[in-house]
Amino acid sequence: MTTQTVLAAAGEVTGGEEVTFWILAPLALIGALGMVWARNAVHSALWLVLTMLCLGVFYVLQAGPFIGMVQIIVYTGAIMMLFLFVLMLVGRDASDSLIETLRGQRVAAVVLGLGFAGLVGTGLYRALDGVRAAGLDQANAEGNVQGIARLLFTKYVFAFELTSALLITAAVGAMVLAHVERRKEDRMDQVATMKARFRPGNYPGPKPGPGVFATSSSVATPARLPDGRLTDRGIPEIMPVRDMTAEETALKGTDK
Amino acid sequence: MNAVILAAQDPTLADFGKDPWWLVLGKIVFAFAFGLLATLLGVWFERRVVGRMAVRPGPNQVGPFGLLQTLADGLKMAFKEDILPRAADKVVFFFAPTISVISAVTALSVIPFGPKVSIFGHWTPLQVTDVSVAVLVILACSSMGVYGIVLGGWASGSTYPLLGGLRSSAQMISYEVAMGLSIVAVFMTAGTMSTSGIVAAQGDATQLSIGGFDLPAPGWYAILLLPSFIIFFIAMVGETNRAPFDLPEAESELVAGFMTEYSSLKFALFMLSEYVAMVTMSAVTTTLFLGGWRAPWPITLWSGANEGWWPMLWFFGKVILLVFVFVWLRGTLPRLRYDQFMRFGWKVLLPINLVWILVLAGLRSIEDWQTNDRLLATGIGAGVLLLATLFWPSKKKQPKPSPQEQADSRPYGSFPLPPMDLQVPPSPRTKRVVAEREPANVVAGSDSREV
Repeated sequence: MTTQTVLAAAGEVTGGEEVTFWILAPLALIGALGMVWARNAVHSALWLVLTMLCLGVFYVLQAGPFIGMVQIIVYTGAIMMLFLFVLMLVGRDASDSLIETLRGQRVAAVVLGLGFAGLVGTGLYRALDGVRAAGLDQANAEGNVQGIARLLFTKYVFAFELTSALLITAAVGAMVLAHVERRKEDRMDQVATMKARFRPGNYPGPKPGPGVFATSSSVATPARLPDGRLTDRGIPEIMPVRDMTAEETALKGTDK
Repeated sequence: MNAVILAAQDPTLADFGKDPWWLVLGKIVFAFAFGLLATLLGVWFERRVVGRMAVRPGPNQVGPFGLLQTLADGLKMAFKEDILPRAADKVVFFFAPTISVISAVTALSVIPFGPKVSIFGHWTPLQVTDVSVAVLVILACSSMGVYGIVLGGWASGSTYPLLGGLRSSAQMISYEVAMGLSIVAVFMTAGTMSTSGIVAAQGDATQLSIGGFDLPAPGWYAILLLPSFIIFFIAMVGETNRAPFDLPEAESELVAGFMTEYSSLKFALFMLSEYVAMVTMSAVTTTLFLGGWRAPWPITLWSGANEGWWPMLWFFGKVILLVFVFVWLRGTLPRLRYDQFMRFGWKVLLPINLVWILVLAGLRSIEDWQTNDRLLATGIGAGVLLLATLFWPSKKKQPKPSPQEQADSRPYGSFPLPPMDLQVPPSPRTKRVVAEREPANVVAGSDSREV
């Protein structure tokens, strides 16, 4: 019998379990509240991570070490990480705006939320008061992991496969939406790129920097090629071509 | 090695959770100190070995053989200015390195350092704790370690760290998939997820009878599950952000990646977590694939090899060997490009892993096979695979045109080329300079104190 099953054997609450619960339960609640209240989206996600970690430990306490660890690896490690990934790409200053578009919605949300929590809480409390966990030892008889595996691959194998098909569909759908098909002829390897670069009609060198050989350091000034001609290649296309006025080309009188 | 000795000192899950508090504390302190010491010596080891590979001495001034160099660097780091960028998210910026270190060190708690020994009259396994899902604890720790890097990159409030952090999150999640899949083969073979159980499962060697001789076949999973071992090791290098997969901190592209804005002790913490993670992962590989604390073959002829405190020596030897491989990789291989790296993880490691798990499950599901039949089937399969790889027709090569032909076949108006047989005439002054120069004849002095 493992340490975990000892902790929650036959539904009895041991001292260690109680201490862990009373330390982590407030943390989990703080995490949940922080997630709602944090202005910054990334901070919200981090508070949620805290709650999820606490939940993982609770699972372990409740004689489910496998599901506890999977909670931490999959939910905290992978899914929340992808959340963070997206949030960071959004930008770090993307804080919530505090303007209420629907008047009084915040108050209504608080009242309804509290009411819902109260209803669920009292319902659960009245339903579970005095109920003792049964069958935990039988379920974990040959080990927690083996027990889950037996159920997952025999009784619930269809539901399990359906769920995985759903996830695969979502992944394939996302890939189809994001994928840009390129024809095989359009794909150029390094050799083809180099050949195209040195083909006649294409100038293989770097574009001349604007104003490098010119009288002005303005970006809009055409560069002078080594053979003395002016070229527009160095000018960004959005720049209008214009001639300098006499005033601009005149010496500024800065040097004596 | 007989079954009686195995039963006496191989810890099982039932042996854990019975230590007095001071013993638990002692084990925790030992594991923590092991992590710190491994960092101190690991940095020195890496610099010395890489130096040796680059034909230079490496750090050799502070202490004997430069052993205290890392300590000196650490002290120096503590006295540096701790810079907090103005754009940084202060709380997250502070917590990121701590998350990294904590998750790297925590994974050490389920590593078995040795068998059961007697400490002050207590018969206890040399392992902080073991649970029925110990390997998942290690995976959970490494997935939490990503947070340290990602948050450090994000909280710095500048571009390079953010890019480094994003890179690392994509990289570590991808390689965690490959890593988790290669561990599946170990779970299937060992039938348990507890680290002490996996080490015990690698102890009982299969008896092969070839031509009337009873030969103990190797029980290490590095040999039994070779594809898993190779994939696990590659994924592990990616997971610890070590060269050639150190893309989150690629200094030629991202300055220092996620730790660009970090300085002083916070930077030291990131450094610490990197090296602790390297050592932890080496220890995990040792446990999962290299027989843990069990002695390698020639030593097992001595019957006391796996008893008492000796196994710790074998364990540390294997860990140091793996750390050396890490350093060796860094000294040898250039960094991969990011898209190649991701393609390698998803399109090479993952499919191979899946096929291998399928093959392994197929082999294991045939129950009425003798060991020899199984060996034969594996051998024939591996042989066919090897021959197929060897004689796979390579792409037909086009006869390459000579440089002159290439130059002639270019269309009119191409970029001008110098003639192929161009010879630069020597400068008329060259001969005189050579004649006038005195031959350099300086005797090299002893330079042991050279810096």
